[in-house]
Amino acid sequence: MQEKKNKSWLSFLLEVIVLVALFTLVQYALTVGLINQSYQINLVTMCINIILAVSLNLINGFTGQLSLGHAGFMAVGAYVSVILTNFMEMPFIIGILGGCIAAGIAGFIIGVPTLRLKGDYLAIATLAFGEIIRVVLQNIDYVNGPAGIVGITKLTSWPWLYWTAIITILVIVNLMNSSYGRAIISIREDEVASELMGINTTKYKVLAFIIGAMFAGLAGVMYAHYFYIIKPDTFSFLRSFDMVVMVVLGGLGSTTGAVIAAIFITFLTFGLQKYAAMRMVIYSLILIIVMIYRPQGLMGSKELSRKTFSRIWSGKK
Amino acid sequence: MLEFSQQIVNGLSLGAIYALIALGYTMVYGIIKLINFAHGDVMMVGAYVGFFSITMLGTNIVVAMLAAMLLCALLGVLIEKVAYRPLRNSTRIAALITAIGVSLFLEYITVVVLGPAQRVFPQSAFPIKAYNLAGLTILNKQIFVFVSAVLLMLILQYIIKRTKTGKAMRAVSLDMEAAVLMGISVDKTISVTFAIGSALAAAAGVMIGVYYQTINPLMGIIPGLKAFVAAVLGGIGLIPGAMVGGFVMGLLETMVSGYGSSLYRDAVAFGVLIIILLIRPTGLFGKNTGEKV
Repeated sequence: MQEKKNKSWLSFLLEVIVLVALFTLVQYALTVGLINQSYQINLVTMCINIILAVSLNLINGFTGQLSLGHAGFMAVGAYVSVILTNFMEMPFIIGILGGCIAAGIAGFIIGVPTLRLKGDYLAIATLAFGEIIRVVLQNIDYVNGPAGIVGITKLTSWPWLYWTAIITILVIVNLMNSSYGRAIISIREDEVASELMGINTTKYKVLAFIIGAMFAGLAGVMYAHYFYIIKPDTFSFLRSFDMVVMVVLGGLGSTTGAVIAAIFITFLTFGLQKYAAMRMVIYSLILIIVMIYRPQGLMGSKELSRKTFSRIWSGKK
Repeated sequence: MLEFSQQIVNGLSLGAIYALIALGYTMVYGIIKLINFAHGDVMMVGAYVGFFSITMLGTNIVVAMLAAMLLCALLGVLIEKVAYRPLRNSTRIAALITAIGVSLFLEYITVVVLGPAQRVFPQSAFPIKAYNLAGLTILNKQIFVFVSAVLLMLILQYIIKRTKTGKAMRAVSLDMEAAVLMGISVDKTISVTFAIGSALAAAAGVMIGVYYQTINPLMGIIPGLKAFVAAVLGGIGLIPGAMVGGFVMGLLETMVSGYGSSLYRDAVAFGVLIIILLIRPTGLFGKNTGEKV
């Protein structure tokens, strides 16, 4: 028992060391100037995509409630944080918290009525809500309507991005390892049966929706404070589809899969920058082919974790 | 009052287009319980076929519409065979994601092949004339759209109610397994459903070309979503429901842009959808059926 405890402490320490080392390495490369401007943008997009994919995976993958409105929550986070930091001149951390909380509230308001719906109806309703958020933003003069907000202070930096992405992953992984997580998975597997087992399905569905929305808001905050400009059209449902592609490719219900897919899609987008339309054709083919030949996605619902590595290490199958 | 009647005239012709598209959604949903996201994009392809038929082959509008209907019927059958048939026994979410994939594919393959630019639908194919009727301005394109849409709906009603194919379609949508036992070829019936639905969408595409005079590769998205809302409004899976829903959506939209803000025009459709889904998910004409375990 004592030995086991020591071992888990050791591997925990190892993880922390790996995370910090990765962070320091990139930070060092950034300060020395090894990473040029376009790769820096790629790096930022990657972290934002990881946050988005992992958080959407909580809703679409783990809870099994197909949401097509994730970009709407991203928009709420982005706009609220910019209002806080730029219009009211508050510190960045307040902007981050405000953006997350506002997106979470939006998630609650949208989640409570729509999560009574199932399957494709839910998908369409979330898509509709995402679009309504966009249209409403277009009609608010305070945030310049369709023109959007230009000249946002650049506050997003590598440490912020890296650690927020790590926090997102940690929160969701730990949530899924808790009793809450098991309740959430039981809803995906069989909603009626889990309700019969005494699980308050509405409560857990709304909870997953709120947490997912909050992290989408976080991604929106990071996006807004790096790319200088936000406008309602940035957050149209095509962006939601981008996120769905990542989640589907990675495997509905696998955080590792979502991270890998987010990294892959970011590089694909980067590589096909000059051919925006071709990129969308490739995305669509990925969706169709994955659904026909491997509907569980790259990773299925499997995870790469400490256990997997130690299993490979000790040579056990 | 006059302005109100004018809005009704405008709304009816727009509603006829939505109704035609909504019919395809509702027929496909009725038979395989799939929201065919690509339906609006089939409409876009129809508009392009019509466009090229007029500009390159110099046909008149009726021939262009028939050509679009024929080609899109084939496209619809092809989409079903390639993308939806392998997924018939998998989860509905998987089928829905595939449909989104097909939709994106049609949109962006058109962008890649034909370019993203907007094209102007040739005026020569359909010179605009305005008629004055008791103070109302009625354009000949409105009459054209309304009459041809109603004609197509009547033909559809005939096919569904009076022919053997229509009977097979109704049987499969009622109970697929029982239909198989009765000797109905389900695959063939589903193909026919896609063919008819896509042909109607193509006709609507040419009408939109005539009506709005411009076409572009992403033109299918918003009318497609609105037609879907129309189908849900009338009760998805029900053919008369889709027709009524389409007209209601058309009227609502012209009223909102006529009396309110045109910026909110698209939000209204989504608002209606959400209200319907929350209050009466089965639509105006739908019956409520409980979930069986």
